[in-house]
Order: sequence, then C-alpha cells, then structure tokens
Amino acid sequence: MSEPLLQVDDLKVEFRVGADVVPAVRGASFTLHRGEVLALVGESGSGKSVSALSLVGLLPDTASVSGSARLDGDELIGMPESRMRHVRGDRIAVVFQDPTNALDPVFTIGFQIGEMLRRHRPSMSKAERQERTLELLRMVELPDPEQRIRSYPHQLSGGQAQRVMIAMALSCDPELLIADEPTTALDVTVQREVLDVMRRLQQRTGTSILLITHDMGVVADMADRVVVLRRGLVEETAEVQALFDAPQAAYTQELLAAVPQLGSPERPVPEASEPVLRVQDLVVEYKVRRGVVRAVDGVSLEIGEGEMLALVGESGSGKSTIGKSILGLAPLTEGSVTIGGLDLATASRRQVREVKRSIGVVFQNPTAALNPRATIGDSIGEPLHVHERMRGAALSSRVGELLERVELPASWAARYPHELSGGQRQRVAIARALALEPTLLIADEPTSALDVSVQATVLELLRELQRDLRFACLFVSHDLAVVDALCDRVAVLHRGRVVELGSRRRVLMAPEHEYTQRLLEAAPLPDPRAQRARRAA
Amino acid sequence: MTGAVAPVDLPTTTMGQRGVWASLRKRPVFWICSAVLALLVVVALVPQLFAGLFGQPDPRACQLGDSSQPPSATHVFGTDLQGCDIYANVIYGTSTSIFIGVLTTVLCLAIAIVLGTIAGYVGGVLDRLISRLTDVFLGFPFLLGAIVVLNSVGGRSPVMVALVLAFFSWPTMARLVRGAVRGVKGTEYVQAAQAMGIPDSRILARHVVPNSIGPVMAIAATMVGSVIVAESTLTFLGVGLQSPSISWGLQLSNAQSYFSSAPHMLLFPSLFLSVTVLALITLGDILRDTLDPKGRR
Repeated sequence: MSEPLLQVDDLKVEFRVGADVVPAVRGASFTLHRGEVLALVGESGSGKSVSALSLVGLLPDTASVSGSARLDGDELIGMPESRMRHVRGDRIAVVFQDPTNALDPVFTIGFQIGEMLRRHRPSMSKAERQERTLELLRMVELPDPEQRIRSYPHQLSGGQAQRVMIAMALSCDPELLIADEPTTALDVTVQREVLDVMRRLQQRTGTSILLITHDMGVVADMADRVVVLRRGLVEETAEVQALFDAPQAAYTQELLAAVPQLGSPERPVPEASEPVLRVQDLVVEYKVRRGVVRAVDGVSLEIGEGEMLALVGESGSGKSTIGKSILGLAPLTEGSVTIGGLDLATASRRQVREVKRSIGVVFQNPTAALNPRATIGDSIGEPLHVHERMRGAALSSRVGELLERVELPASWAARYPHELSGGQRQRVAIARALALEPTLLIADEPTSALDVSVQATVLELLRELQRDLRFACLFVSHDLAVVDALCDRVAVLHRGRVVELGSRRRVLMAPEHEYTQRLLEAAPLPDPRAQRARRAA
Repeated sequence: MTGAVAPVDLPTTTMGQRGVWASLRKRPVFWICSAVLALLVVVALVPQLFAGLFGQPDPRACQLGDSSQPPSATHVFGTDLQGCDIYANVIYGTSTSIFIGVLTTVLCLAIAIVLGTIAGYVGGVLDRLISRLTDVFLGFPFLLGAIVVLNSVGGRSPVMVALVLAFFSWPTMARLVRGAVRGVKGTEYVQAAQAMGIPDSRILARHVVPNSIGPVMAIAATMVGSVIVAESTLTFLGVGLQSPSISWGLQLSNAQSYFSSAPHMLLFPSLFLSVTVLALITLGDILRDTLDPKGRR
C-alpha cells in the first residue's frame, strides 16, 4: 500500500470550560491513504468533529491540541497560523453540515467560489477564474451553471447549496476533503443526490475524503474504511465490509444493532374502533408577503384507539403542520378536525380546553421543549396543576410516578433540563405528555434529534407505553425505518397531500405511489453489500 | 457539536440546594456589591449619621469665604463655590439621587414589562399600536419634552422629576421586552404549554416573562445610573431639582464649569455616582446569571 496521505498519532484535544478541563479526544490514531474514503463514526460527544477540525486549526481558542497529525509528512498540529492558512482551502478543504448557513447570503455563489481562487490562485486571470468556476459547478452537477453562477444562496435548494459548498471546497484541488456530516441537514432524496455527486467526484479526481457522520447508512454507502470513535477514543478501525459483517468492539456491535432497519416482522394490529382523531379535508394556508402558501392541501385521516399512525414525508411536505393544526397551533383554513367526537372548529373555548386535556404532545427537540428555568418536576406537574388542580404531596408523588414510568429516578424532579442528556430530556417530555393520561399523543419527530442508541431506547419506551396505556398516536417522522419499527399504519405526504395511506407492511414493502418508492430507494441501507447491489442496479 | 458527553449512569441522589440564593451567596462579588449598595441605602436613609464624621455635619452651613477650597483637614472633600462642605453635600445628596434613580427605573420597568409583553405575546393590532406608540416616544426629543413638561407643572419635587424621566425613558426598555418575549413565544416549550391547554396568564407568568426578563434586568440596573445623570442634566438646565434640594446631579452641574480650577468639586460626587452605578451594573449581571439555571453552580 502507498504512503499514507494523513497519519494521525495519539491526537488529544482538551477544552477549558471555566476552571475545568474537559477532554474531547483522548489519544486517537488513524491513517488515511491516498484516494481513500475514511469514515469517522460516533455519537454526539465522541470527538469525531473535534478530531477533524483540529487538523485544520478550526477549533475555538479554549481548545488545546497535542499529539501528531502529518499531511504528506508536514506536521499540522502546532503549525503557525500563517502557514495553516495556505494548507486550509489549498491542501485540505472542509464541507460543513448546514450548507445554507455556510454560504454568505449577500454574495453570489460565483463570487464566493471565485474568492477561493483569488485567495489561493492569485495568478489566475478573471476569465480563467470564471472558466474554473463554471467547470466546478458542472463537476458537482449543478443544473444550468451559466445561470446559477449569478444566483444568491437563498435562490438555491439545500441540496444545491451543499453542492456549491463541495464545488468551493474542490476549487483548489485539495489533497484531502473533510466532510463534516455533509448530508445530515438534508432530506433523504436530496442526500442521495449529494452522496451520488460526492462518489462520482471521488472516483474521478481521486481526492481522499475524511467523512464524519453518525449515519451508518451513509457509511455503508461511501466509506472504504471506518474508524469508530467513542468518548474521544478509537474503539475500532476496520474495512467497511468487515465492520458490518463482524464488528469486533462491543460498542460497534451495540451501535450497529441500534440502527433501525426496514423489514420489521408482522405485529398484531389493534382492532378497529371508533376513531379518536378524525381529520377531514384539512387545508392549512399561511399568508406570506406575496400571496398565500398552502402547507396542507386536503388531507383526511383517522386514528383509532391504541393505533399508531405514521405521517412520513420530507421537509415542506406539511407533516408537522398537520400535527400543529390538530393542537390548535396552526390556522385551520378549511376542513375539520374532530377529536373524541368534538369538532374543534365549532366547539366553544371551554370545550376546546377540555379536549386539549386529552392530547399529549412530544416535540422533536427536547432541549427546546422544556422551559430551561423550570425544574423537570415543575414541567411534568404543570398540566396536573392546571387541569387537575393537583397540589403538594399528591402532585409530587404523581410526578415521581411519571418519572419512573419513563425510567428516570423520581428523585430527579428537582433537576433542571440542562443537567440531563438529550435522551433523558426527551423522556421528561414524554412523561409530561402522558401526565393527563391522554387518549391521543402527537409525536413530532420525537427521536430525530437523538443519537441512534438513545433513539432505540426512546422508541422502545414509546412502544411499551403505548401498549400499556393504549393511546392513539400520530407519529410524525421522516425516517421510514423508525416508522416501520413502531407504527401500524403509514400515511405518505408529498407537498401537502397524502399520496399513499395504508398498513405499514403494505406501504413499506409494496409501495404503490412513485414518490413512496423514491423515498424508500433514497434511504441508504446500513449494509455495504446491499447498498452496492442497489447502486449497481 | 459540543464536547459534552451524555452521562449514562443514573445517580439517584438529588444535587442538594441549587436555588437562586444558594448560588448567589457563593459569589464574593455579590457580597461586595451588596455591601456597597446597602451602605448607600443606609446613607440615604439616615444621612445625619455619616455627615458629621469629619466635623462638618450640615450641608447648608456654608461660608462664602471658604469658596472652592481643596480637600483639607476641616473639609475632607473640600468646599464648593458657595463654601459648602462637599462631603456633607454628597452624603445628603445620596438620598435624592438614589430615590430618583430607583423610582424612575421601577416605573419604567413596570410600564415596559406590561406593554412589551402584551405587544410581543398577543401581537397583531395591539402589537402595531404599542410599537408605533413607543416609536412616537422614541422620536420625541427627550430634553425638549422634559423641559416643556417640567416647566408646566408646579412643584418640581424628586417624585415629579422621576415621573417625567420615566415618562420619556420607558420605550427603549419596552422594545427590549417585546423582542425578548417574541423570541420566547416561538419556543417549543411555550407551544407545548399552549397545546396542553395551559391558560395564557399562566404561560406568561411561568414561561414567557421569567425567560425574557434576564437581559431587561441587566439593562435596568445600568439605567439607574443613567437616570441619576439625566436628573443632573435637567437640573443643570434649570428645570430639574431646585435649590434648596441637594443631589449629586446638582453638585455635578454646579461643578462642571470649574473643573480646571477646582477639580475636586466634580471628582467626589462623580466618584460616588460611579461606584453606585458600577455596583448596580455588576449586581445586575450577577442576577442575570443566577436567574438562569445554567449559570448556577
């Protein structure tokens, strides 16, 4: 094998937080060969981004880095900023997670790519720069590059913006491309496009890629070799196929086992009953500066007692808006929402408040969904305090019960949300949603902000609670594998309309609508062999 | 991504007392600021206790013959143009200055929180109405307005001056409250509370106001200082407090034209003013940090 392009030895990164020193990377070693795609995999806090950013000196001032990282023999750690500036962009380029924030909104994309060239290739003439910019945009397969070169970032979709970022990163033919969660902020069909572009580029130019991701599907699709990180330490390094076939480290095994996969076996389906929730011909329109945006366009669905209905779709499909309009948080332009036989549009304020008692809600981001100034006990107890007029010892014992119900110690009631991890916070949010023993639970992407192993435990908890308490559940998600593991029926939304609605196995195993098929196609399989076979097809 | 690692083990003990007070009392700076402010409050309440410390207890016992004396054994801070003892004047002025500063700020806060919260939370027509109203007040020339109002009212007592100052200074703060409330209104925990059918009054009291008040409190603490200065401006222009009132503002405005010949006349009152403002600002910062549970240790 050839001389490695990047050799990282015993890399350590520590952050100063007040008087404390928090280690983020605790001695990581790995190598990256020329033309190779190396994936750094791990959950949040594993130090994968920090490791990669330390190579290009992009960490904040509170970080101290030690160890060694040699790019083709040149030591990167401790390199003076004046030399590092030439390495960054020229020899190592970085693509970040959120493309819309990484582009400057006041300049055209052509100008921003040209800027890179002006900086690193000062000898280029204006015409040459223009030519090179167009060539780059063609390389990342941006449609109509002659027009697009004059576009501003807001005129591009997320996937297009990420392709521009990749074009910018590749503008100076870097030896190493660091891609930090390049597709995490994108929808699954868009992710597919961007990954395709990256693969083809890599094959064509032979650039080495250090790919940072938490998504095992992306790893299976892209990587040649994998480094598994956990709490700043390397757990395992292996060829991608070997890793998926026979993971050595216990942690890798856990991680792979936690990844939800399509193809859950048949499950008993709850018996048909009087629907708890009935949505008929729902239309939700928002007024914007120029005219009206129709977020939901004539959606009808029903959920029976003890049933879990999944609403799946990509961003902008209107799935969250439906959840919100059921909760009274979005305007109901046309159609009706009936909960427990009561039509929300015609009911009185008092009746609406009564109905709201029977709805629980869990949002996507558990950090934002809990008042940071209230203890978790106060947050869970609030609906009981208001609706049941529960006070004092009765309230605290009920809060304790609820905490134990979601497998947290009852004594934690006095803690504040920031003292809990993301998964624990989501458990608190679930406990609050269940406080009034709801007949309907609305869960809006409840696990998509969580790490995969945490997601698995939260999903398990939801399943168990639903089995015991038999509430109806509207489960909003973009992740088909999660839906497959949890729900009874699936409704697929596309541009505000339900394009397909049916039982879980029917929709996911034998999709009829072309859009559903595309969604299923796009999600990368967490299995390199299957993913290769799919790509070959 | 941050470097924080999610704890996996679940310790079952609670973390002891972590109230606001428990956290405050561990900070030495809090005690220093409180001591300074407490001393100032005592001075304001019973000035006669302190004024006589250096043998010149009466601020109004002035001897024109001793005009503009630099600090000496008899007059520790020196004397002013009229030959009055500056130390006694500073001590007696504390009460008026702090009273005006605090009363104005409290009035402003009250108006700003009520109007700002309504505008930010309810929105719609009320928001537009209140926002335009604050714009009108912001566009109003402060000094001109104050001069007109103060000239047309009869007695210019400290309460009246405070009312007029508050009348013209609430809009900035109301805007601040409105912005903060709008930010909090959009958060998911407020949406969750709305979805749970929690009444608006409770959402405001428990979720919205506590989460938006932090920056406003810090500004309010700094405002006390600027109000004391504004009072001195008005007094200097002849529309604020009138003799025989005693305040730091009056002293400052009398002293400013003699800065080159008798700097002590300006120095000592402004020293007191600076210490007061510094203590208030620091206390405001500490309060903001501790009212936020993440800032507590």
